[in-house]
Amino acid sequence: MSGEEVEITPDVTAERIRKYLEQEKRFDGRKTDEFRELIIEKNISKKAEGSVRVKIGKTEVLVGIKMGIAEPYPDSPDKGNLMVTAEFLPLSSSRIELGPPKFNSIEVGRIVDRGIRESKFIELEKLCIKKGKKVWTVFIDIYTINDDGNILDAAGIGAVAALKLAKIPKYDEENEKILYDEHQGNMPLRKINPFTITVHKIGQHLILDPTREEEDVSETRITVGSSEGIIYSLQKGNSGYFSVEEIQKSFDIVEKAWKELFKKVEGQLK
Amino acid sequence: MTTKNFQRPDGRKLNEMRPFEAKVGIIPNADGSAMYKSGDTIAIAAVYGPKKMHPQHSQNPEKGTLRCTYNMNSFSVSDRIRPGPSRRSTEISKITEWALEPVLMLDKFPNMVVDVHINIIQADAGTRCAGINAAAMALAHAGIPMRDMVSSVSVGKLDKTIVVDLSKEEEDFEEGDGPTDIPISMTHSGNITHFQLDGKIESKQLMEAIEMAKKSCEEIYEVQKKALKDSINMEEEA
Amino acid sequence: MTNTEHKRSVVIPGETIVEGDNYLPGEGTEKQGEKIVAFRYGLAEETNKLVKVIPLSGVYQPRRGNIVIGKVSLITFNGWVIDIGTAENAFLPLMETPRFVSKDRLDEVMKIGDITVAQIFGVNGRGIDLTIKSRGLGRIDEGIVFKINSNKVPRVIGKEGSMIRIIREYTNCDITVGQNGFIWIKGDKIEDELFAKRAILFITEKSFMEGLTERVEKWFKENGGVKKETKKYDKEEEFGERRE
Repeated sequence: MSGEEVEITPDVTAERIRKYLEQEKRFDGRKTDEFRELIIEKNISKKAEGSVRVKIGKTEVLVGIKMGIAEPYPDSPDKGNLMVTAEFLPLSSSRIELGPPKFNSIEVGRIVDRGIRESKFIELEKLCIKKGKKVWTVFIDIYTINDDGNILDAAGIGAVAALKLAKIPKYDEENEKILYDEHQGNMPLRKINPFTITVHKIGQHLILDPTREEEDVSETRITVGSSEGIIYSLQKGNSGYFSVEEIQKSFDIVEKAWKELFKKVEGQLK
Repeated sequence: MTTKNFQRPDGRKLNEMRPFEAKVGIIPNADGSAMYKSGDTIAIAAVYGPKKMHPQHSQNPEKGTLRCTYNMNSFSVSDRIRPGPSRRSTEISKITEWALEPVLMLDKFPNMVVDVHINIIQADAGTRCAGINAAAMALAHAGIPMRDMVSSVSVGKLDKTIVVDLSKEEEDFEEGDGPTDIPISMTHSGNITHFQLDGKIESKQLMEAIEMAKKSCEEIYEVQKKALKDSINMEEEA
Repeated sequence: MTNTEHKRSVVIPGETIVEGDNYLPGEGTEKQGEKIVAFRYGLAEETNKLVKVIPLSGVYQPRRGNIVIGKVSLITFNGWVIDIGTAENAFLPLMETPRFVSKDRLDEVMKIGDITVAQIFGVNGRGIDLTIKSRGLGRIDEGIVFKINSNKVPRVIGKEGSMIRIIREYTNCDITVGQNGFIWIKGDKIEDELFAKRAILFITEKSFMEGLTERVEKWFKENGGVKKETKKYDKEEEFGERRE
C-alpha cells in the first residue's frame, strides 16, 4: 500500500530506539516509566450517560457510557449487565482497514472489560430492577480518534473516567420507557480506580506508554488492571517472553505508575 | 405562504441557524481533518490519500476514486446505536460521496483513492450536513485538488413555515402538516450537489426553501474558509 | 490580493486570487474567464503576473532528478521494488548499482525492509525508475528515518541549501532529505540526531513564515545549540536534490 509500508517504523529507527533505551532514554525525552501528557475532557456527548475524551500525548480516544434495560444473565439474576466494545475507527490511522472488527479492537474491548468486571468497580447488584426479569445494562463504548500508540491504556483510563461521571437515567416502569433526560443518581461504583496499565518490553528494557514508533518495536507486553496495589486482571499480549524478574519489575512499575495516574486523573475530573 | 408569526421552539428566527463552529487539523495522523459543530450536532472528518487503490482491479486508470464512510458513535444519541455499519450509515456514506465528488478533480490522481471518514460524536439533527461540511474542509486541508468548497444545511418546513437548520425537536414537530426535512449541499458558486426531501411541500415553496438554503450555505462557507485560513498562523506566536 | 510582488496569503479551493486579463495561471490555479482561481489549499503567490498556489499539504509528485528515500518491499529477478510513498511503485534495476551485483546476490545488497536513498532517473507510464549509482545514494545502515509532509521539504532544505546548512552546523549530523518527505539523520551521538529531528519538526510547523532561516538560528540558540566544526560538504550533497 502506497505510503503505508514505509510508514511502519523502519528497522533503522527501531535500532536507534533500542540503542537509546540502553541509556534509559527515549526519543521524546521521557523516562522509561513516564506517561505522556494526559488530558481528559468531560462530557463530550450530552446524549451519553457519561463520556470523556482521553488524550495521552497525541493518542486520542473517546469513551461513552450508555445504559439500557435487558434481561439478566441466568447465572446472575439480580445483577446488571456489562458490555464493553472498542472500535478502531479508520479515522485514527492509515493502517486501519474497513470491515468487521479485527483482533486489535476485540482485544482492547476484552481487556478493558476484564479490568472493570473483575474489580467489581461497578456495583452491578445495585443495577437490578426486577430480579430475574429486568436489569440495567451498562454499555462502555470506546472509539479511537488518533492512534499514536498505547490505545489500550487510554481506553482503560477512559472507561474508568467515563464511569465516574456517569449518571443513571430514570426508568418509567409503568410505560417501560427509559427517560434519558432525567437522572436518578450516579453510577454505583466501588471506591477504587481500576486503571489498566501496560508494560512493554523492548530488548531488555521495560517501558510504559509507547508512542506508535515504540509500539511497533515492542516485542511483548503485559497489561495489568489494578487499584492501590491489588491486581484484578492481567494479560500478556504478543509473542515473546518475560522472565520472572521482568514480571516482578513490571508489577513494581505498574504500582508506581498507578499512583501517578490516580493523581492526574483525579485532577482532570474535578 | 410562510407564517410570519411562527415561533420556533428555541426562539430562533426563521432564517437563523444554530450557533456553528469549525476547526481543521484535529487528527494528527490524517492527511487532512476537520470538525464541524452546529448547535448540539458535532461531526469530525479525516481524509487519507490520495493513495494507491486496492484491490488493483478496482483501480480506475482515468481518474481517482472517492470513498466515504459515515459512522455515528453509539453514544451520540439517547437510544444507543449498536457499533458497526447500518443501512442508514451506508446510505449516508454514499450520499456524502455524491455531494463531494463533483468538486474533486479526480482526473489528477488516476488509480488512486481518497478515503474520507466521518464520525458523529453528538447528534441533534443535521448530522449528514455537519458531516459533509467537515468532510469538505478536511479534503481541502489534505491538499486534494478541488474546484470549489461544498457547504451543507438542512432547511425544513414546519407546518406551513420554511425554516433553516432544523433541530431534533423540530424534526419531531407534530402540528399541521408536520415537518418536512430538506438537506441540501451546494458549492460556493451555487451548484447543488446533494438534495433530499422527506415530508410534504409544494414546488413553489420548495424553491423558497432552496433560496434560504443558499444564504445559509454562504454563511457556512465563511466559517469553513476561516477555519482553513486560521489554521495557518502567519504571525509569529509570542 | 495586493499588488506587491511577493506578498502571500492563504487561499482555499474555489477562491478567486486575482482578477484581470493579463494574469497567468500557474501551479494550483485555473483561469476562469478573467479570474485566476485556486484549486488547492495553500499560499497564493504572484510573481511577474504568474499566479500560483504553494501547497501546504498533499501527496508527493515524483520528478526526474529528485532524491528520495524508500523501503524495499519486494525483490524481483532483476532488481528491487521500492516503496517511496507514491501510488506507483518505484523500481531500482540491478544495473543501476555502483558495483556489479549478480542476479542471485540481490538480497545481500539489500533485503526486504531495508531503507535506501535513491535518485529518480525516469518517471513514465510504467512507473518510477531509480538509481543508486552516484555518491551519497544507497542502503541506509544506521540513524533515524522519519517522515514529514513532502510539501515542506523545500523549507527544510532552504534557498541554496541554507537551512540544511544551519541544522548541520548546530548538530554536526549528516542529513539527507528525500523530496518525498522522508528524512535520514545520522550523527555521532543520539542526542544530536534527536536535536536535528526536533529542529526539522520546528521548521515544518513554521514553514509558511517569512524570515524562517533567522528564526531557526534563534531556535537553535534558545535550545542550547552551539555551532560546531563542520565537515566539508561538496555542493551536490548540500541540496538533497541534484541539479540537472
